[in-house]
Amino acid sequence: MSTTNSEIGYVSPKTQVRWIPVIGLEVHCQLKTWTKLFCGCRNEFGATPNSRTCPVCTAQPGALPVLNREALELALRTALALGASVAPTSKFDRKNYFYCDLPKGYQISQFDQPYCTGGGITLESGKRVRLTRIHLEEDAGKAIHDRGDTTLVDLNRAGVPLIESVSEADMQTSQEAFEYLTALKEILQYVGASDCDMEKGSLRCDVNISVRPEGEPWRTKVELKNLNSFRNVQASIEFEIRRQVEAYESGDPAQFPVQETRLFDAEKGVTRSMRRKEDAHDYRYFPEPDLPPITVSAERLDRLRSALPELPTARRARYQKDFGLSAYDAGVLTADRALSEFFETVARLSKLPKEASNWISNELLRNLNDPLLPIRSIDELPFRPHDMSLLLGMLDKGEISGQAGRKVLRAMFETGKSPKDLVASLGLEQVNDSAALDDWCREALVGKDKIIADVRAGKTKAVGALVGPVMKASKGSANPQVVQEILLRLIAEMPS
Amino acid sequence: MSDSKPAPSPANAGAPDVLHIARLARLAIDPRQELELREQFTRILEAFKTLSTLNVDGVEPMTRPTDFTDVMRDDREHSSLGLDETLANAPARIETFFSVPKTIGGEQ
Repeated sequence: MSTTNSEIGYVSPKTQVRWIPVIGLEVHCQLKTWTKLFCGCRNEFGATPNSRTCPVCTAQPGALPVLNREALELALRTALALGASVAPTSKFDRKNYFYCDLPKGYQISQFDQPYCTGGGITLESGKRVRLTRIHLEEDAGKAIHDRGDTTLVDLNRAGVPLIESVSEADMQTSQEAFEYLTALKEILQYVGASDCDMEKGSLRCDVNISVRPEGEPWRTKVELKNLNSFRNVQASIEFEIRRQVEAYESGDPAQFPVQETRLFDAEKGVTRSMRRKEDAHDYRYFPEPDLPPITVSAERLDRLRSALPELPTARRARYQKDFGLSAYDAGVLTADRALSEFFETVARLSKLPKEASNWISNELLRNLNDPLLPIRSIDELPFRPHDMSLLLGMLDKGEISGQAGRKVLRAMFETGKSPKDLVASLGLEQVNDSAALDDWCREALVGKDKIIADVRAGKTKAVGALVGPVMKASKGSANPQVVQEILLRLIAEMPS
Repeated sequence: MSDSKPAPSPANAGAPDVLHIARLARLAIDPRQELELREQFTRILEAFKTLSTLNVDGVEPMTRPTDFTDVMRDDREHSSLGLDETLANAPARIETFFSVPKTIGGEQ
């Protein structure tokens, strides 16, 4: 696998020929509107099947679609954040095909006049992956095939707004595809266009992939589907590169890749042929007569552009410059807009940006990811940035130890109480009072002649083994630095 | 781009591939009907060719009979139909799903 990622191209283990993968991605993303694209049914995941339907989205005769203003707004913000050019005029088209999840017999999409073209995403390496276009369309319903002898159809999803972004075939490794998707997802979330929850299907990715020997023209491309995580996107690309190279190197034209759609089997890590791709004209696109064209003025675009939030790349650069954070920490903190805003507020209130970064990217995220706690996202936190900054302040002033701080944070997750109250109720104030500390340290030294001898011989680090028991005796409230000093002093004071 | 359907034989060059069209429409056609359907289809297409004789130089394509643009609605919910009404004419249902003959492998 390293041959796929560490350098450009895949060197065949059989022939040592360097093959260049050619990868483009099509990403469908559900927009976070309250209602569907062309009707007022609620855009809601997980509702009772077919309970969010109306004459428009079930295609009753005579029903007319009307475009949701908010869907266009979110689509435009996405386009601007990706540096795409928005068309002054665009229109909708009918994409015709017959399938049980599509009650009209066509999907309302955009064909030759998408609402935006161009733009792109710059990867960490500086490489630019260009976008061909983004268009607005409606989602199809959901067909379920694995329950009994028939196919079950739920039309709640029919008519949910989607934007489909199509990249140029600019990527050459699975890692580049992963980076592109990660950056695209961040932008979609930052501009508030989508929650990008792959488990709920609000972000779906198809891969177009072919391979060619270095210096040769492009060959037949294959489409990969059923990729429900970014890891699966990567794994399917890696499998497919090897499969296609082996197919060409077999020398048998009957084995060569054909234009087709393949499904990824995540369990086995392989792709399987699903169907031959029908030609584009088989969708018999024609203009949607029920929807008038969309116009977008330059003034509107200026207004939208100036209202865009700071985007992840800019934010990462600012965190490194203004707060002195590492690129890695800046990346962790900006991956999610809510997390990043939480961090900034804590950093500003506490005036301790580094500590805020450490505590948020380590301890706070650890608790967020803990399956034993019910809190999954920043929005669900039962405490506020102000509480977090108080905690950092107490740590900074040495009022509590790091260990106690972790306990307090955990209790904040559990109870939502202020850290000051929790420190008091849990008895975690750092004990710097030497009488109590002296006693605990003396106890810890009892019977530890070997350590005492080592320390006397100049190996002062040996005393570290005794700090733990003292911390335990103090229930985490002692300052380990002070404990170490006292232990050394007591050893020095002992009669030899 | 490779094409999955067979090239028409010289004898039918230019004639519509009715089996292919039937497949797109999910219609089961008896192959014995192919010739008859192809002839009918060809006549229909011929009739429409009349349109191609018109001179449309300088005429903008018109896809709608009105000049409206930007007809939109606010992102406000209306009440949905309700399950009983939505499923009223479904030939078959299971729970609140439409139940249809097994069809795996869609388009899109």
